[in-house]
Amino acid sequence: MNKVWIIIRQEFLNRVQKRTFLIATILVPLIFPAIIGGMFYLMMEEEKASGPSSVFVLDESGKIQLKSNEQIQFTALTGTLEEAKQVYKASESEGLLYVPDFKEENPEGFQLYTEKNLGIEKTGELRNLLSEQIRDIKLRSLQIDPAVLESSKKKVELEVIKILEDGEEERSNNGILNAVGMVMGILIYMMVFLYGAQIMHGVIEEKSSKVIEVLVSTVRPFQLMLGKIIGIASVGLLQFLIWIVLIVSLSSMVTDYFGVASVKPAQIQTMAPGASALADAGENGLKNEDAVKLIQDFENLPVVSLTVVFLFYFLGGYLMYGALFAAVGSSVDSVQEAQQFQFPVTVPLFIGYLGLFTFILRDPHSSISFWLSIIPFTSPVAMVGRVAFGVPAWELGLSMLLLVGGFLGMTWVAGRIYRVGILMTGTKVNWRTLYKWATMKL
Amino acid sequence: MIALHTDRITKRYAEHLALDEVSLDVQQGTICGLLGPNGAGKTTLIRIINQIIQPDSGRIELFGEPLRPQHVALIGYLPEERGLYKKLRVGEQLLYIAQLRGMSKKDAMQKIRYWFERLDLKDWWGKRIEDLSKGMAQKIQFISTILHEPRFLILDEPFSGFDPLNAKLITDIILDLKKSGVTILFSTHRMETVESLCDDVVLINRAQKILDGTRFQIQDQFRTHTAEIEHRQPLTMQPAGRYELLESTPIEGGKIRSRVRILDGSHQNELLRTLIDQTEVVSFREQIPSMGDIFIQLVNGSSNQPKR
Repeated sequence: MNKVWIIIRQEFLNRVQKRTFLIATILVPLIFPAIIGGMFYLMMEEEKASGPSSVFVLDESGKIQLKSNEQIQFTALTGTLEEAKQVYKASESEGLLYVPDFKEENPEGFQLYTEKNLGIEKTGELRNLLSEQIRDIKLRSLQIDPAVLESSKKKVELEVIKILEDGEEERSNNGILNAVGMVMGILIYMMVFLYGAQIMHGVIEEKSSKVIEVLVSTVRPFQLMLGKIIGIASVGLLQFLIWIVLIVSLSSMVTDYFGVASVKPAQIQTMAPGASALADAGENGLKNEDAVKLIQDFENLPVVSLTVVFLFYFLGGYLMYGALFAAVGSSVDSVQEAQQFQFPVTVPLFIGYLGLFTFILRDPHSSISFWLSIIPFTSPVAMVGRVAFGVPAWELGLSMLLLVGGFLGMTWVAGRIYRVGILMTGTKVNWRTLYKWATMKL
Repeated sequence: MIALHTDRITKRYAEHLALDEVSLDVQQGTICGLLGPNGAGKTTLIRIINQIIQPDSGRIELFGEPLRPQHVALIGYLPEERGLYKKLRVGEQLLYIAQLRGMSKKDAMQKIRYWFERLDLKDWWGKRIEDLSKGMAQKIQFISTILHEPRFLILDEPFSGFDPLNAKLITDIILDLKKSGVTILFSTHRMETVESLCDDVVLINRAQKILDGTRFQIQDQFRTHTAEIEHRQPLTMQPAGRYELLESTPIEGGKIRSRVRILDGSHQNELLRTLIDQTEVVSFREQIPSMGDIFIQLVNGSSNQPKR
């Protein structure tokens, strides 16, 4: 065991003392939000800069009254469709909407002519506006008062309240659960890949630089593999720890900021009962109330148990795939050669990743979501995506147990391939040789 | 005392037999040359002694004890395929391997300092391996092999990559180690180093040990009973049947160099006596077979009968 410890320490210190580690650890939590923020900013700017698209409308029915808004500027045309097309082509306009003389019971034949695609958002907006118009026309034909119509268009806030097992109730915000699940799932997916690749490169380096011969004359290959995997895992954990500290301190700063802001309107309300001030405060207060709610929702998240589950699945997933990466690294002579195995090895994890978006975040309690979060190959990504929504204890327990079994089994198989592979150079490796190595006695 | 004893070691890979009941003894404090053509099974044997792989059958004893994992602290191994971590610094590298061999960090530091002093490498601690020349890296690897003061040293082609100056340096260290009681198993293809360094020799061919013994014994065993004589007057070897004149060539100074083989097993003195009657003998020397000759002869599968 002592030797495994020496290897762990070596692998850990060797990586942590590098400048790249420090840079990556500090920059990653800053870079990702910066990229996302930057993209949002660019998107907003783009929208602002491009302004509303102008669209010609040829309404043969005479029933449609499209109001220009900040997205689309409508210009009415008359004449035949052919004439309208000529006008459209000669203009800078981005589209020509053709409304035929449609029947209210069966509105058909609407067409949008464009030279370049208008984009999914604006096309959708156009579709919505048309549907609204047709609904209004229909309702009007039923003699309903426009005022009633207007008042019927109310947005409903749906508060989701989870009844806990002990009977307590807790407001839960599906948006946040979604975001938390997604972020954790993606993080695990990326981290398993990142650190797994580090293991693989480390093994290939030892093999190609021939250090391996001396190493395995001092330690058993399995110890060497284990030491490397655990050493790199501790680098990952340290990195996570730093990230968590950074994120917690950053978000508590944000909380403080909003916490202070949310007190102000109340004070203003009592202190300055002036009409304008009241209206002002009311508006501000509402906004701040939303923010406070959001923060409360965040604070309602079981942070500790989420962190524990996250770390467990990160470790479990990492150990399982890490062993596979080590086996792949040991069986090839170069990084290029490793690529043919790298992909198939990670396909199950990729399935979990896809499942996260297609099943788990949409319906965390469907049977596919269940299986994805139970099977150890996909559970590291799938379960962390699910766990924020609340998972029965037995499912979590079963999934964790299977993951532990999974990585133990995987490490065993990988260890058998590894101990043969690291001493074999210049062998053409395919799946059959891997199987042979795994079953070979040495 | 016997440092290493292997008893009928057999190792079979899927298609071929790598070692076939190889038994050998290495005496403590000697240098034993492990010879054999490529693919004979030398590397397999070395790996088995290093416990990198397990034999299918057979026993190994190191200093009288059955080989076990703790013995790695007693063994130093310089593989033929040299390798160090390219990105690591010289000092870290040496410390790491030494600790894996069971040394404490403090002891390792002390030893590293000693060897740096002795080999004049004082400024090398912080250099990365990738920045060193091949010869320098080889030196580091050699230090790494002996740093933990192994009692049993396995050197596989230790001189490859060294210039004559450094080779001399390494030779001196090896001889020093031997003097201090270290046993060395020495695998090489360079027969001249076998002749200058090895006390004993083991020859392996096609998975089997085909020869072992001290170098003197073996050279004696492969005597060709041939003498090389320089003389003035031409030789007429009479009576025929007793001696065979293999060749006679004139050389500078009006001398002739001849090689004569004794056919009837009589002593060299007899031959000399016969020669003195016929010619003025300038020099007389028995031709001792080189290890290279013996190697080629055995590996080619020819009979033990000398060809010449």
